[in-house]
Amino acid sequence: MSVSLRNQRLPMFQQEARKALGDTQLRHNLGKATQTIRNKRNRVVAEVPDWEQLREAARQTKVRVERHLDAYLLQLEEAVVQAGGKVYWARDAIEANAIITSLVRMHNAYEVVKIKSMVTDEIGLNDALAQAGIQAHETDLAEMIVQLADDNPSHIVVPAIHKNRAQIAELFRASLHDIDGTKLSDDPRTLVMAAREHLRTIFLRAKVAISGVNFGVAETGSIGIVESEGNGRMCLTLPEVLISVMGIEKIVPTWRDIEVFLQLLPRSATGERMNPYNSFWTGVQKGDGPQEFHLVLLDNGRTNVLADPIGRQALHCIRCGACLNVCPVYERVGGHAYSSVYPGPIGAILTPQLLGIENASSLPYASTLCGACYETCPVKINIPEVLLHLRGQVVRAKQQNMLHRDTDPENLAMQAALYIFEDPQRLALVQKLARIGQIPFTHNGVISQLPGPLGGWSSARNLQSVPKQSFREWWHAREQEKKHDGTATR
Amino acid sequence: MEQLRASAKDEILSRVRNALRDVPADELPEHITIERNYRQRGEETREEIVQLFINRLEDYNAGVHRIREAEIPASVAQLVEQYALNQLVMPADIPEAWLPVDLPVLRDGQTPLTNEQIGESNSAVLTACANAIAQTGSIVLDGGPLQGRRVLSLLPDYAFCVVREDQIVGLVPEAITQLRDAITQRHQPITFISGPSATSDIELSRVVGVHGPRHLDVLLIP
Repeated sequence: MSVSLRNQRLPMFQQEARKALGDTQLRHNLGKATQTIRNKRNRVVAEVPDWEQLREAARQTKVRVERHLDAYLLQLEEAVVQAGGKVYWARDAIEANAIITSLVRMHNAYEVVKIKSMVTDEIGLNDALAQAGIQAHETDLAEMIVQLADDNPSHIVVPAIHKNRAQIAELFRASLHDIDGTKLSDDPRTLVMAAREHLRTIFLRAKVAISGVNFGVAETGSIGIVESEGNGRMCLTLPEVLISVMGIEKIVPTWRDIEVFLQLLPRSATGERMNPYNSFWTGVQKGDGPQEFHLVLLDNGRTNVLADPIGRQALHCIRCGACLNVCPVYERVGGHAYSSVYPGPIGAILTPQLLGIENASSLPYASTLCGACYETCPVKINIPEVLLHLRGQVVRAKQQNMLHRDTDPENLAMQAALYIFEDPQRLALVQKLARIGQIPFTHNGVISQLPGPLGGWSSARNLQSVPKQSFREWWHAREQEKKHDGTATR
Repeated sequence: MEQLRASAKDEILSRVRNALRDVPADELPEHITIERNYRQRGEETREEIVQLFINRLEDYNAGVHRIREAEIPASVAQLVEQYALNQLVMPADIPEAWLPVDLPVLRDGQTPLTNEQIGESNSAVLTACANAIAQTGSIVLDGGPLQGRRVLSLLPDYAFCVVREDQIVGLVPEAITQLRDAITQRHQPITFISGPSATSDIELSRVVGVHGPRHLDVLLIP
């Protein structure tokens, strides 16, 4: 069910977006969801007078971590081991899944409980576990809905937002066999209580829990999970064994840094002053919670992202989803169109870098470059800057791999444009010619339909016609006139 | 597997170092300044902080009972009656003086309680806390005195928490500073509780009490 980010070329965003736009239910749900969360976020952010200072401190913290990641990873490993945990390193998804599977098997467990985690979706862990005969129970309500429906998440904070209550009730009646289906109405509270009852049994019997990581504190080896439903606390407290998968970028240097992120993340993600439950644990605590803790540090393309000095800021992301909620593109097409675990503006810069630009070359174009994502991002990731940077890479990669470079129409057009713009006289000549050539297509100073292959471009845009006089011509005429006037008065 | 682990670690570290070739060799982490010019302490008076904390709790639909310490048993007895509870679960070190007489009490003592005992329906847990945050209406447990294991405050349907007014700080950074020793010296697990658990996963309509306690009552004492 998950979309694994390995050696695969993603479908074109533009085509997927067109499909998604046809789904009116999806668009209705998304529009409502993004607007509601956006409004809540704005309200609680407005009451923090030092929001900008917090954002800047968070950005600086992430820059410090990224520039010294090797040292911080070693520090984290040492601290976790010292506190009684074990640390594993995984180069890619296959390696991570193998480590986790063998840990689960070592405990003779055939099921695990999971806390909502994007990184385990990224590596396709549930499928890997299933292949090894291990059942993974998603315990976040939305993730559970998505899992039962054999579907994919459509939003990173509210993954099942594309489903309505009737669909969910139907799903529960069909899949939760320990719940009396006749008692299940469409009422969200009834549905939530059914999930509570169903999952309580599983929480109490599961031996192994698997989580992602919101924060790994290098100084102390503490790991932090931020959540709302309490399923996280169940997973972090009841099972004997806890396995946490952490992207190597999730480090913060010191415990003190948590004070910044605990203010930024909840307000940005769900528009709450604080989410209901935050858990931090440091290795293993005798007599309290899991008595075995395993931390899997995952690369899986992150070092590729790190290698690009402009693109690496994508690794600062704390997965709040605020950029999704403000994005005019995401709001209309939803998460599925991005064909990746990481949707929205952050996905448009993260996925191509994790996967290789050649595998996701349409994603940097999944944006209007309006800049709302940058403005809202709690760690100030300059998403438009990275989008433009990646678009440049797409073009360069295309030019390099082009078989018929000399006959490709776009390349020829660009080469021609370069030739024209290089020389002012050439440009002036072309402008003169265009003024004549555009006559059949111009109505009231606007070109709304271009001929031939250019028609695709103008199908959704209007073009201003070339004006009667260019700026240079106007300036030249003005100077001439002045000179003329000057001689006349003297 | 040991060998595989060693080589994966070396390879990831060398990938990281390769990726960071643009970082000058003599640059230290401290060279990247982190400006902490955000608010470190609240400027409100003690009473304003307490009031803000109460308001935030009420926002979360938590019960708030501002009482004297001597009134704890009466308050607890009243809550037990109101919710028709069968039992009260608590860490070993909760003082007798907090407990109403004639109430079945399960202490998590030398013999730890089983999950079944703790999670029995219609039970409540009674704890104190490490500190509390007014800005966010949060209660923080760190497994210290009068708090017990994490599971105690997780499985019962109702949670009663005694908070002393001087334990309430204004802002998140103050709480984080206070928790430092619990983390660095004692490796204690930390839980921030901000209202009852909640979900908005079904059509964004908010339902409280998903997992963990469905109700939170705070007994606020001077």
